[in-house]
Parts: sequence; C-alpha cells; structure tokens
Amino acid sequence: MRRSLPAWIGGGLVAAMVILAIAGPPIWGEAAERVDPRAVLQGASAEHWLGTDNLGRDLLARVLVAARFSLLLALIATAVGGGAGVLLGALPSVLPRPAARFVTGAVNTLVAFPGLLLAMFTAVIAGLGARGAVLGVAAAIAPGVARLTQTLAASVAGADYVAAARMLGVSRPRVLVRHVLPNIAEPLILYLTQAMGLALLALASMSFLGLGVQPPDFDWGRLLFDGFPRIYVTPVVALGPAVAVALAGIGFNLLGDALAQAASRRGAHAGGAVPAADVSEAGEPDPEAVLEVRDLTVAFPGGLTPVRGVSLAVAPGEIVGLVGESGCGKSLTAAAVGGLVPYPGVVTAAALRLCGTEISEMSPKELGTSLAMVFQDPMASLNPALRVGGQLAEVAIVHQNAPRAAAHRRAVDRLGHVHIPEPERRARQHPHELSGGMRQRAVIAMGLMGAPRLIIADEPTTALDVTVQRQILTLLREVTAETAAATLFISHDIAVVGELCDRVVVMYAGRVVEELPAARLAEGAAHPYTRALIASVPDMDTDRTRPLAGIPGRPPTPAEFTDGCAFAPRCPLATAKCADHPPLADHDAPGHRVACWEAT
Amino acid sequence: MRFAARRIVRFAVSLAVLLVASFAMIHLIPGDPVRASLGPAAPVELVEARRQALGLDRPVPEQFLGYVRGVLGGEFGTSFLTGERVGDVIAARLPVTLSLALLATAVALLVAVPLGMWIAIRTENGRRRGAEATFTSVTGLAVTVPEFLYAIALVSVFSIGLGWFPPAGRGGPESYVLPVAALAIGPAAMIARMCRLETLRELAAEYVRLARAKRLPAPRLYIRHVLPGTLTATLTVSGLLLTGLVTGSVIVEYVFAWPGLGQRIVEAIVQKDYPVAQGLILVYGALVLVVNLLVDLALGMLDPTSRIKET
Repeated sequence: MRRSLPAWIGGGLVAAMVILAIAGPPIWGEAAERVDPRAVLQGASAEHWLGTDNLGRDLLARVLVAARFSLLLALIATAVGGGAGVLLGALPSVLPRPAARFVTGAVNTLVAFPGLLLAMFTAVIAGLGARGAVLGVAAAIAPGVARLTQTLAASVAGADYVAAARMLGVSRPRVLVRHVLPNIAEPLILYLTQAMGLALLALASMSFLGLGVQPPDFDWGRLLFDGFPRIYVTPVVALGPAVAVALAGIGFNLLGDALAQAASRRGAHAGGAVPAADVSEAGEPDPEAVLEVRDLTVAFPGGLTPVRGVSLAVAPGEIVGLVGESGCGKSLTAAAVGGLVPYPGVVTAAALRLCGTEISEMSPKELGTSLAMVFQDPMASLNPALRVGGQLAEVAIVHQNAPRAAAHRRAVDRLGHVHIPEPERRARQHPHELSGGMRQRAVIAMGLMGAPRLIIADEPTTALDVTVQRQILTLLREVTAETAAATLFISHDIAVVGELCDRVVVMYAGRVVEELPAARLAEGAAHPYTRALIASVPDMDTDRTRPLAGIPGRPPTPAEFTDGCAFAPRCPLATAKCADHPPLADHDAPGHRVACWEAT
Repeated sequence: MRFAARRIVRFAVSLAVLLVASFAMIHLIPGDPVRASLGPAAPVELVEARRQALGLDRPVPEQFLGYVRGVLGGEFGTSFLTGERVGDVIAARLPVTLSLALLATAVALLVAVPLGMWIAIRTENGRRRGAEATFTSVTGLAVTVPEFLYAIALVSVFSIGLGWFPPAGRGGPESYVLPVAALAIGPAAMIARMCRLETLRELAAEYVRLARAKRLPAPRLYIRHVLPGTLTATLTVSGLLLTGLVTGSVIVEYVFAWPGLGQRIVEAIVQKDYPVAQGLILVYGALVLVVNLLVDLALGMLDPTSRIKET
C-alpha cells in the first residue's frame, strides 16, 4: 500500500501528540505548576518562550502538559459518544417495528442539531466543568455514529450471509452481534478516528467559552480562554494553545482521511506500449461523401491507441453501421468524429471532414446545427433539471439567434415531427415525465433543430424495449432520408445493423476489418470475425437444443494490441502469416473490402 | 403539495419535542436550580421568593402548561440576574446573530460554488492533478480548523498586526469583515469540495455530453446544464452548514464581543441564569428546525425528479 504525504503528516502529528500526552506531565509537570510572583503576566522571553500567566507559571510548559488532559477528555467523549451511538444505531434492528421507527426518527432529528447546541444543553444540566463538557460532546457525537451504524447495518442486513443466518433461526440480537457488527467495524472505527479530532476541537471550543474545564485543571481550550483577553498586548500567549489545538485536530483528521482512503483504494490499472499509427497524406476531399474519415487514430497516454487508422466515408442519405464487440473502438470513433473525445485522449487523422470542411476548423455554430448525436441511454441524455422544450429550443437560441418564442415554436414543431403526441404539452414537461421511447424521439428532435449534415447514433436502441426499438429505427431512417444527412449508426447488434443500414463497417481491436454492403451481410461476409458475429445471432431456425453459438475467447484490450491481426488468437483460419497486419483490400464485389489474409 | 404538508407536520412535531426538552432542562438539573444559581450563601426567603416567581412550587403539569402558554405568547420568563424579560433579550439580539449567520452563508456560497465548479472543470478527467491535490488538501485543512482559531488568527493578523479592521464590537460595515470571514471560511471550504464532486459527476453525465455535442457556449453549458444538477447536494450541505453557523456564531460573537444571542447564552450558562439559557436554547433549536424545513421545501421545489419527496 502506498502512503501519501497527508497520511504521513497525520500519523506523525497523532503519534507526537500521544507521546506528548504520555511523557509531557512527568517532564514538565513541575514547571507548569511552579508559581513565580516575580514573573507575572510576561510576554515571550528567552526564559519563558510563550510568556507566563497571572501566577507567573510558564505557559510553554502548561501547553505541553495540557496535551494529556486534552487528549484524555477527547478520548472519553469519543468512547462514550461512540458507544451510545452504536447502541442507538443498532437498536432499530432488534426492536419491534414501532419502537424502531421512533428511535430512527429521534436519531434523524438529533443529527440535524449542531453539536455545540447539544453540548450547551448538556452543560446546563450537568453544570460547568469537564464532566458536563465531555457529556455534551459525547451527546454531539452519538447521533452521527448512530446514523452511520444504521446505514451500515442496513446494507449488511441485506447480505446473503445475514439472510442465511436468519433463515437458520438465529435470533436477531445474535445476528446483530455475530454477523452485523463485525462487518461494519472498520468504517465505524474510521469514523471514530475523525470524531476524535472533532471531539478535541469541540472540547477546546467549550473550554474556550468558559463552559468546559475549570481551574485548577487546564486543557488547551482553558489556556486559550485565559490567554485570549491578553491577545491585544501579548498575542503570543494565545498562540501556543491555539497551535496545539489546530495541530492535534488536523492530525486526527488527516489520519482518519488517509485510513479511509487506504480502506477504499482499489488496484491501480496497468498500461502497455503500442506504437501509434503513422498519419499519412490527407489527400483531396471526397466530393461524394458528407462525412469523410481517413486514418483516424485516438491515443491515450501510456501508449494506448484504442482506435488505429480507421477510414470511412458516408454519402448523403446513407446509413452506415459501425459494428463490433464492446471495447472495439466504435464509440470512440464516433466521439472523435463528433469532437467529443474525453481528455486525455488525442485524436489524429489524415482527414476528418464534414461536407468537405475539416471538423476541427468548423465553428461551434456550424457544428452545433449540422451535427446531431443520439446516445444509448435516453434516460440519461436529457438533463433532468430542465424542461424538454427548453433543451431543444436552446439550440436555435444559441446558434441561430432565434427569439425565445420562435425557438419554442420550432421545438414544439420538431417534437411533433418525430411523432410525439401532444408536443405542446410534452415540451413543457421535464424528462422524467416522458417514456424512454419518447425521450429518444425528443433527443432526435433536438438534432433536427438545425439542419443536420451528420447524425451519429451511438447504440440508440440498446436501452429500449423491442417494440420501441423498431419505432426509433424507423424514425432514424425517415429522418436520414428527409435531411439527406450522413448517418453513422453504432451498434453491437449485427442483426439490427443489417436491417437498418445501407453499408456496414465491422471493427475489431481498433481497426476496420471489413466493410461491405448490408445486403451482402447474410451471404457474402468474408472476414472470419464478421462471419462469427453473424453466426452468433439466433434466428427462428436455430436449433434450440444446442447451446447458442458464440466466439471463443474475448477481444483484446487496448493494452494487449499487437501489430499482427488482432483476431488471429480467436480465428479458426489463422496461420503464421497473420503475425503481420493484413491491409484492407478490395474483395470480389464493389464496396466490399476485407482485412484478412485468408478471406475467400 | 403532500410532501410540503408532511414536512410541515414533521416540523411541528419536532418543535413540540424541542419545547418539552427545553422545559425539562431546568427540571433535570440535579438539586435545586434556584439554590444552584443564587449560591449557598443566599437567604432562604430569597430562594423561596424566586422559586415562587418562577412557579417552581406548583405541580409539574401546571408548570408545563404555563410554560407553553408563555412561549406561545412570546413570554419566556425573566432573567435571574438582570431582571430583563427574556423575550426582549431575544428581540434585541436575534437580528444581530441572524445578520451574521446569513451574511456568512451568502459569502460562503458565493465564493464556494463558483470555486468548486471552476476547479472541477479545470481538473476534469484527471487533468492538472497538481491543482486538484492542492485544492483537496487546502480545503481539507480549512474544514478541520474550528471557528475560534480562525477568529483568533484573523484578529491577531488583521486587527492587532495590521490594524485594518476593528478587533471587536459591532459598528460599520468594516466591523463585519472579520466575524463573517471567521464564520465563512470553514463552510466555504466544505461547500467547494462538495460542489467540485457534484460538478464532476454532472460533467460525466450523458446529457452534458449531448449538451457539449450541441456546441453550447461554455457559460450556458455550465450554468444552465451543469449547475442545476449540483444544487441538490450543495444546498443540502449548505443547509446543514447554516444550522452549524447559527451556533458557530456563538464562538465568533464571543471572540468579537458581538452583541448577539451567542454572547448572551454563554454568559447565561456560566452565571447559571437559567431562564435566559432556557429561552435562548429554545430559540437556537427552533432556528435549526426552521432552516431544515426551508432547505427541504426548497429542495422539493428545485428537484423535479423529486428524489427527496419519498423520504
């Protein structure tokens, strides 16, 4: 486990405080009590570094000695508060339901009350002094611990082993002690470490207000209380105890944080080195294509290149499907085309053009109206805090300088255009009031606010049920035909792609392995990977007595990419030649290209 | 609306419990509170007269009814020591405390929300790890340090050292600077941390990706699309912090000799002036409940997906 700097500082501070608490009183105890009438109320001097108090006692010695009492009181308050809290928090899982509800309600109310208020309440009853302050701070700690215990216990109570113990007839208190408490001990102890720091500060606050420790006892807060009126003349007398309190509080907090982080830390991720693809000549713009991508590479630090030299072109009104298993780079390709690759990804391409213009050179205004994106989860792609109509209208307001009212009329019109019934009412609603299919329609309508030249649909139907899927696919085809936009349809479902698209681009391990007209998918697919994908789709004729066909093995992650054919390890046809990457070569029909040495 | 009604009922129940607790406080004091307050040397006749004036010689249920009737009528009893009516004390000092707490909340929110968002945007996807680490450790420390240390440090540096601001007392605008700062620093650090995490979560949301795909200008993207989603958690935390501020102001008022409720409640507890302590604890408790109610109602209105409404 790697320890960070804050962990070291926190641990060091706490260790120093503990040593001081143990060793302080025997060493400086006598000096702290030595009354010196000749040295009353002095400031800092060589003899008394932090000055003296009204009886001439050395303040540095008193600060060092006070460590023990301050820490001890904090420890007692934490122990009492923690114990009471665990008890209160565990009670609801043992008590009958009405009593449990009452305890939960009481804890929830108490948690909302600030600690100092509870502490003052207790101090009134128990009287001034260390006992009242400790009880008060304990009362302030308990509700938080109780709430945490409740939450943790509830999460453990759902676990299988607790259910099993219940089933076996183990009594509730026994389940609590044997199964629940041991499993929530770690987070509780972490919390209490931090609570100890808070208790220390709270006790110092109480003593500082004169509500805590009373003379002749003294803790840091009391020293601060005594020193504070002198702050205008000799500020140093307040400095010592203030620094001690601050360091101790910070120490416990840092230590608690560091322990919590260590407890939740997961294994770090590994990275591999793969040389990035060379960027070749840009070439002349393809006049036929709306979208033209040549040699697109997306690289991440650590030498990872999840997309390696992808080229594709989409003609007006054409729907091109981009298929492959998860992690093959299809979504990242789409993100790169849309200029939405997350940091720290680096996109390079020989050409990335929309209607002949480099996308990187287009203004936000142009892009905002000519690019429409539809994402997988319609629940997540609309902002839950904003009305549907407003989210559509802002495209027109921002990019086309449309007046608000006109933009809203356009939004309602677009919603109607994608067959959403009652568009005026829907526009005024929030996304959660719409069904999944309706939301996806609304997202498509959002893309239609401008004049889209390119529609990128990234698994737009994956999260929808089958009947709605079909409607959305139909709508996408309608919209593509009507706007003459280029549509890039990304899916892992080759059956849907074959049905919707004009052309299919198959990706594997960041590269295009085959490109073919959709009509040829069923009979003419040449790459062994494409064939395997098609074979794994069950249809009505599939023999249901046999296991479903799959592709043995799993696709490589970007860290495992090699220079050879990435599919070779899973390929029945692989030969020694496959150690070299096969180029994407024309196959026997127009528009059909394959990257495979063995393709027939 | 049913949600609001439920919250108001819960508020009323909590208020009733608070009333009982503040009444019980005096009766839970071991021994005779009047004797404890006046000291062992006080003559028996004085103690008896005081007991009668307070109604402590009557049966407890009758006392409680009298107490409730008094509180509802704005009558909280009179101070043992000064003979002031506690209601007058509250009327004079509550606005002072509230102005301090509200000002500190406003300052904390105005500084922390933009700061947290800005840091989140700058450090999205693990960018600028140095800035992120600095922010996290600095705010982590700032959250830990208690108000009275800020107050003492601010007084030492800015009024005693530099002489820029008055060290104590309530006067012109400049007298507000240090108390408000001492109160606001900790909560601001806490809110900024919260806001950063919430903003990062929002930035990763699909709808923000879509909003980016729409190429919205940065201010519109962040204020209209990202900010609302961060507000639920930020407001919840701010509400909790505001209740903390109400009592944190006790310490700050004490340090800056600020004539608010806090200064008076400390005096009352030290001097065993029980009627004043009782009345002021009731006021502080009620303030906490009111703030919680307002935060809940605000969240219910702000959050259209109504997650909070199920609780």
